[in-house]
Amino acid sequence: MGKFHDRILAFAVAIGLIVAAAGFAHAGPYEDALEKFTTDEFSDTAEAVTAVATSGNPLAAPLIAALQDGRLQFSAKDKKVLIKTADDKLIDAETGKPFAGTPPDDLDTVRVNNRLRGVIDAANGALTLMAPDPNQRYESAQQVFKSRDAAVLPAVEKALESEKVARVKKVLNEARAAILLAADDTSAADRIAAIEFIRARGDQDSLALLQSLPADLPADVRAAANGAIKTVERNLALWNTVQNLWYGLSLGSVLLLAAIGLAITFGVMGVINMAHGEMVMLGAYVTYVVQDVIRTSYPGLFDYSLAIALPLAFIFSAAVGIAIERSVIRFLYGRPLETLLATWGISLVLQQAVRVAFGPTNKEVGNPSWMSGAFDLGGILITYNRMWIILFTAIVFAALLAMLRFTRLGLEMRAVTQNRQMAAAVGIRTARIDALTFGLGSGIAGLAGVALSQIDNVSPNLGQGYIIDSFMVVVFGGVGNLWGTLVGALTLGIANKFLEPFAGAVLAKIAILVFIILFIQKRPRGMFALKGRAIEA
Amino acid sequence: MFTSNQTAARRPTARKWLAATAGFAFAVTGAISSAQAQDTIKVGVLHSLSGTMAISETTLKDTMLFLIDEQNKKGGLLGKKLEAVVVDPASNWPLFAEKARELISKNKVSAVFGCWTSVSRKSVLPVFKELNSILFYPVQYEGEESERNVFYTGAAPNQQAIPAVDYLMSKEGGSVKRWVLAGTDYVYPRTTNKILEAYLIGKGVKKEDIMINYTPFGHSDWQTIVSDIKKFGSAGKKTGVVSTINGDANVPFYKELGNQGIKATDIPVVAFSVGEEELAGLDTKPLLGHLAAWNYFQSIKNPGNAEFIKKWQAFTKNPKRVTNDPMEAHVIGFAMWVKAVEKVKSTDPDKVIDALPGITAPNLTGGTSTMLPNHHITKPVFVGEIKADGQFDVVWKTKGLVPGDAWTDFLPGSKDLESDWVKLKCGNYNTVTKKCGGQAS
Repeated sequence: MGKFHDRILAFAVAIGLIVAAAGFAHAGPYEDALEKFTTDEFSDTAEAVTAVATSGNPLAAPLIAALQDGRLQFSAKDKKVLIKTADDKLIDAETGKPFAGTPPDDLDTVRVNNRLRGVIDAANGALTLMAPDPNQRYESAQQVFKSRDAAVLPAVEKALESEKVARVKKVLNEARAAILLAADDTSAADRIAAIEFIRARGDQDSLALLQSLPADLPADVRAAANGAIKTVERNLALWNTVQNLWYGLSLGSVLLLAAIGLAITFGVMGVINMAHGEMVMLGAYVTYVVQDVIRTSYPGLFDYSLAIALPLAFIFSAAVGIAIERSVIRFLYGRPLETLLATWGISLVLQQAVRVAFGPTNKEVGNPSWMSGAFDLGGILITYNRMWIILFTAIVFAALLAMLRFTRLGLEMRAVTQNRQMAAAVGIRTARIDALTFGLGSGIAGLAGVALSQIDNVSPNLGQGYIIDSFMVVVFGGVGNLWGTLVGALTLGIANKFLEPFAGAVLAKIAILVFIILFIQKRPRGMFALKGRAIEA
Repeated sequence: MFTSNQTAARRPTARKWLAATAGFAFAVTGAISSAQAQDTIKVGVLHSLSGTMAISETTLKDTMLFLIDEQNKKGGLLGKKLEAVVVDPASNWPLFAEKARELISKNKVSAVFGCWTSVSRKSVLPVFKELNSILFYPVQYEGEESERNVFYTGAAPNQQAIPAVDYLMSKEGGSVKRWVLAGTDYVYPRTTNKILEAYLIGKGVKKEDIMINYTPFGHSDWQTIVSDIKKFGSAGKKTGVVSTINGDANVPFYKELGNQGIKATDIPVVAFSVGEEELAGLDTKPLLGHLAAWNYFQSIKNPGNAEFIKKWQAFTKNPKRVTNDPMEAHVIGFAMWVKAVEKVKSTDPDKVIDALPGITAPNLTGGTSTMLPNHHITKPVFVGEIKADGQFDVVWKTKGLVPGDAWTDFLPGSKDLESDWVKLKCGNYNTVTKKCGGQAS
């Protein structure tokens, strides 16, 4: 009995405390700020964020996180702010308790614009310098380096004392140096030490920071700054070249991927296939269909969607290619003009068919997580999707070479293209080989489509953008030579990317075209011309 | 191979395709038998249904069929049914002129709704002048034009580009001090950027703080340009990008922005050619906060807009079908044309052209747009931020409606020109020489 009595008493006291706390808290800055979230005005929200962040209330962090993720709800009528948790439960932002009863019917999300995102980042920046996750600490240190906010200096110095991870520590040191450099009352010795850190960082932001230093510095500081500017500039120029090379390699690999199928149908078989681009487009649409099925039925498999799409795209494009060869092209061998017109007609038919089936608008093909984002390598930024495409192109190219060199089909293909009559005489069914070769070229175009869906539009026009470039690569590299196609694609890609920074994208393209025309005048069969009768047929 | 979702989307397209072909065949025979022609009022729809521009223009064709269908449900016009005559100029600029001629002289349409690119509009202009018919042009464009036979229901530069730049310069927009003007290499971006450059320099922006960049149509390798923008933006001053990049090139551009980690809080990009339709082909999560300036957004809450979206999605039998700004322009243009025809009780082009200035029609964002004597209309201007679901969140809007200005005040050649088809009867009246027929640059 006594025990029961105690419990009731404890319960009553607890209730009383909560009520008292609520009553007391209502006067606090946190609770005052909450009301500003309900006006649906950006300027009020900004004030509220700052007030909440500095209130010291333990609810501030979850509230700001919710605002950032679009989970902060408000009701203008009831002047109520609610936090929606990740699992769709509502929490009263004032008390931190789950929200009981029916939610107000005018519940809406608190809106955020770019300026507010900046305010939120700043509010978060100081908070997350001590976060347990080193990646988060790294990010917020970078944020501080960019903002150079003198008010954060004590927080940075405190974080430096306890920081163990080397790369975070490095950025923290740089952030501290940036703040010191930007401040007016820093001593000359401190400045010179700071310049040393910035010089070691050596990127575009460092250069901008050094260049923005005031002119009236003491002579020794000025000299240190000028020296650092020179080093950073030299460093940047070097990395710039590396970056152009990388971009050129990446553009070259895309060109190669698009052209390699054509190198087989045009280069090896001598068929001018204007519908080649559409085979690429079909491959991209196969990717879209695969992703759509995965999204609706097996969302867990999304990261594998490209792996699933690859064989399907190859088979589908190859099948369409074989159908085209059997139904149209085989009747036109040896008549290039008719082939050109017929395949151009087929390309229009395919485009319009896709337009009718899927609609004229772009289709969304998502990047799996391993294809998005980028990482720093020295002074350049490498995006994952480009890196994987370069690797993929290399694999496709190697596999194709191996197939032509080591398999029976490859042997027969080479035999037919080198001397059709002789191949037929030794018992090779040349018609079958023609169909299979065309199918192989088209299938590889389908593979290219899967890769291109990751960087370009998936629309009925996708193929058109690549057909001219593909022909250019094949003709430039030398008809009938896969290695020529490789060298041609990489040369054009790298030349384009070195021209682009100072000539602009339009002029660079024109310059490349003019160069190829002149080159073809000089060497009509491209860089690596096949010798002998092979190409005459 | 196809999921049920796609088959559902496919059916209406295929049927409309049939309907369009049938409508065309019908129209041709209709022109031959004159008895047929008197029973209906014909409306020409001149939008590309194939080729590169089909991606944008097919939706506008559907919009016109929808509007005509709605009007017929209300009992038609002047007691007659309206009939759409759909032709396909196939993204081929000279073909636009041929098809326009066919619509006017063979099919005897009363008005034409059509064109998207400026070059297609320029291509049909002589035809409309010669045969004296009416064109409603629904797309935002570079201005520097005012023709008697054309009614511009899309935005002029002062109804889109200038307010968007003003927003970025404001404190709310991030006080941008350094500008990248990036565009596709053709007339609309070049003229718009020329106007913007003059405007920015007039506002005290230094020449070295403006970077202008053009790319070819369908440009897909944005690595160099995006890293250039990043470099340009790391000079210590707040940088913003004004994008007049056209349709197809946008997807790879935004993908590259996302991959190189350029966030809207660092370098905001405001686009003039990216709407709900273009975003439908994109994963928008990395683009959160980038901006677009339009006179209409699907997300704008308004009873008229809600009803329009509901009916449109019912008409296309696709509950996810989006709406966009040029569609709204057709809605306004069509409503104005209907009112003008009802006012003069005739579809005679001269009478309708004279009646149109001053006609008002409700727009879908809650205001009332007016046709001005310069054949442009008044419109509100909105700046929206891209949300994760591919829609826009309006973060800024003009106080009232902005009247469209045919000749910009920021270029030396055109600031003296004025267009007034009511009092002056002239599209390019030079206020200095007091003569009609002054030329812009």
